[in-house]
Amino acid sequence: MNESRTADAGALVEFYRRMVLIRKFELTADQMYKRAKIGGYCHLNLGEEASVVGLMDALRPTDYLFTNYRDHGYALMRGMDTGKVMAELFGKTTGVSKGRGGSMHMFDTSTRMLGGYGIVGGQIPPATGAALALTYRGAPGPDAEAVMCQMGDGTTNIGAFHESLNLAAVWSLPIVYVVINNRLGMGTTVEKAAGEPELYKRGASYRIPGVRADGDDVLAVRQAVTDALDQARTQRRPALLELMSYRLRGHSVVDPARYRSAADVETAQEADPVPALRAQLIADGTLTEKQADAIETEMEEQVAAAVAFADAGPDPTPDQLFDYAYATPVPNAPTALPGERMVVLP
Amino acid sequence: MSAEADKTKLVTYRQALNDTLRSEMSRDEKVILLGEEIGIFEGSYKITAGLLSEFGPERVRDTPIAEEGFVGAAIGAAMLGMRPVVEIMTLNFSLIAIDQIVNHAAKIYGMFGGQQSVPLVIRMPGGGGQQLAATHSQNLEVWYAHVPGLKVVAPSTPADAKALLLAAIRDDDPVIFLENLALYNTKGEVPPGDTPGEIGRAAVVKEGTDLSVITYSRATTIAVEVARQMAQEGISVEVVDLRSLRPLDRPTICASVRKTGRAVVLEDDWLSYGIGAEISATLMEGAFDYLDAPVRRVAAAEVPLPYAKPLERRALPDAVDLRRVILELLDDTSFRS
Ligand SMILES: Cc1ncc(C[n+]2csc(CCOP(=O)(O)OP(=O)(O)O)c2C)c(N)n1
Ligand SMILES: [Mg+2]
Repeated sequence: MNESRTADAGALVEFYRRMVLIRKFELTADQMYKRAKIGGYCHLNLGEEASVVGLMDALRPTDYLFTNYRDHGYALMRGMDTGKVMAELFGKTTGVSKGRGGSMHMFDTSTRMLGGYGIVGGQIPPATGAALALTYRGAPGPDAEAVMCQMGDGTTNIGAFHESLNLAAVWSLPIVYVVINNRLGMGTTVEKAAGEPELYKRGASYRIPGVRADGDDVLAVRQAVTDALDQARTQRRPALLELMSYRLRGHSVVDPARYRSAADVETAQEADPVPALRAQLIADGTLTEKQADAIETEMEEQVAAAVAFADAGPDPTPDQLFDYAYATPVPNAPTALPGERMVVLP
Repeated sequence: MSAEADKTKLVTYRQALNDTLRSEMSRDEKVILLGEEIGIFEGSYKITAGLLSEFGPERVRDTPIAEEGFVGAAIGAAMLGMRPVVEIMTLNFSLIAIDQIVNHAAKIYGMFGGQQSVPLVIRMPGGGGQQLAATHSQNLEVWYAHVPGLKVVAPSTPADAKALLLAAIRDDDPVIFLENLALYNTKGEVPPGDTPGEIGRAAVVKEGTDLSVITYSRATTIAVEVARQMAQEGISVEVVDLRSLRPLDRPTICASVRKTGRAVVLEDDWLSYGIGAEISATLMEGAFDYLDAPVRRVAAAEVPLPYAKPLERRALPDAVDLRRVILELLDDTSFRS
């Protein structure tokens, strides 16, 4: 256990780079939203970078990931192209979901991220079923595939969460449920919404072991999720992991978060994992100020290139509206535009 | 194939479903069954009888009472290449799973840019007439037929049950497969082989020239019977069995009514906003100039279905209602004068 708790300095710098990429990407998304290049709902991972990076580092390319709508960082860390993720926000055909999904619905079969999902709790039953499918594929063992299902604190109150954990327990499924406890579901605190506000304990009803870890500590996150995934791989047992985090800004880009107390905002800012890791790396001599600045600049450039790529991509055209109506074409599928006749007779 | 297997057999709708599930599970090991009481109990309506002992508990998987959970799990399993066939005990209970069906199964292919299909079948019986009272007797198929991304089929005969179940299981999209409690014991000829039916096509199950009855599922059996009786009286009724509610075969419906000039829709669901409303609108567009009179609809009375037999019987459309409306429509258009 201890060996991965103490990562070598190189690994920690790499984690820092990734956290900075998410930070820059999200700040840019916020700007692009304000410039109306992005529409709809747009939820950012600001403040959750250490959790996202730690989780995604432990997840192998052969594993499957399901998340909620706060999914940009996960898509990037799963290995999706930064430009294609930005293009999805811009609604371009070059986006990871071809502009059909937007911010909440990043999807990529090749990196096995099987969706960001916008319905609270909606991802949990399908993720559980993905783990069920794995039990038909191969035997448990250290190299077995596993599923990670991410969600927010508020999501542990919905029925789908409880039905799914129960299924995972009775069917003994290789899945890790990860709760990002950023203390709020929109404006509602965990204490106000959850009968058991220590959310990792909610697995107990299903005899699913629960663990709580510091979501601002990338190494702690990586260690906790590696252990949980190992258990899923080798023993085919589900696990519940709660990561304590803070949402730095509002629920989505349009939320000024006036319901937060000044003290709460201050705590969140003090806990901000990105400057904290930077300070740590500089304090222990791993990075100089200059090197840390260079990482920031490099990531800013990567995000600027992503914006340029997204800008250059084509908008979908109305003739493509029915392109993904069905996977198996069938006769008489409706293709009328508003006001057009439905009945086409010989 | 043996001579026995080559023969067209007279079997029940239930048996046709059971045989088809068995043959598809033998053909493709990715086909798995999930549902409440489908294994050891052999299904609430015994559709899965014998399959647990033949295929084992992993392929015939009993689930806890958690419709949202197991329907959603079937979606996820389908995304990883399995071909789950879910049984929901009755259509009424599918409302617990409606988020997974409407917000997830129906959306995943299109919303993620065609990257991932969801080859899932959800079988469930609807229908009243069993004195099960209001919560257990509904025909809510139109809720699903309304939703792009889903396919909805409603076979009325054992042969169609087989053909459409084959099609549904082999289709890469989520298919709602609507059965009906009153059809399970009905018998019909089922051809051998494993040729799938075509989702999205209606069938003219009885040809006629004077009037078209457009119907589906259990109500088709009523329409065919009424058409047969009326033929004795010199009235030639054509019966169109929709078979597929989404997509809806509008050309076949309109072609029939262009020929007969008169249309009655017979449906088990409630009248307002029902299947009949959609058919009527379709005929306005595709057969208006050919209609001798407005389309008539024969549908269920709009009440939560009561338990007491006299009330239940009166609320559901039957052969007497259909016959009366056909005669009224013929009279309105001076057919017999
Ligand atoms: C079923 C459902 N109900 C309500 C909403 C609206 N909604 C979107 S996000 C959200 C809060 C979820 O909070 P949490 O699970 O803590 O996740 P976080 O946003 O903090 O990441 C709500 C209520 C929704 N999308 N789906
Ligand atoms: Mg939250």
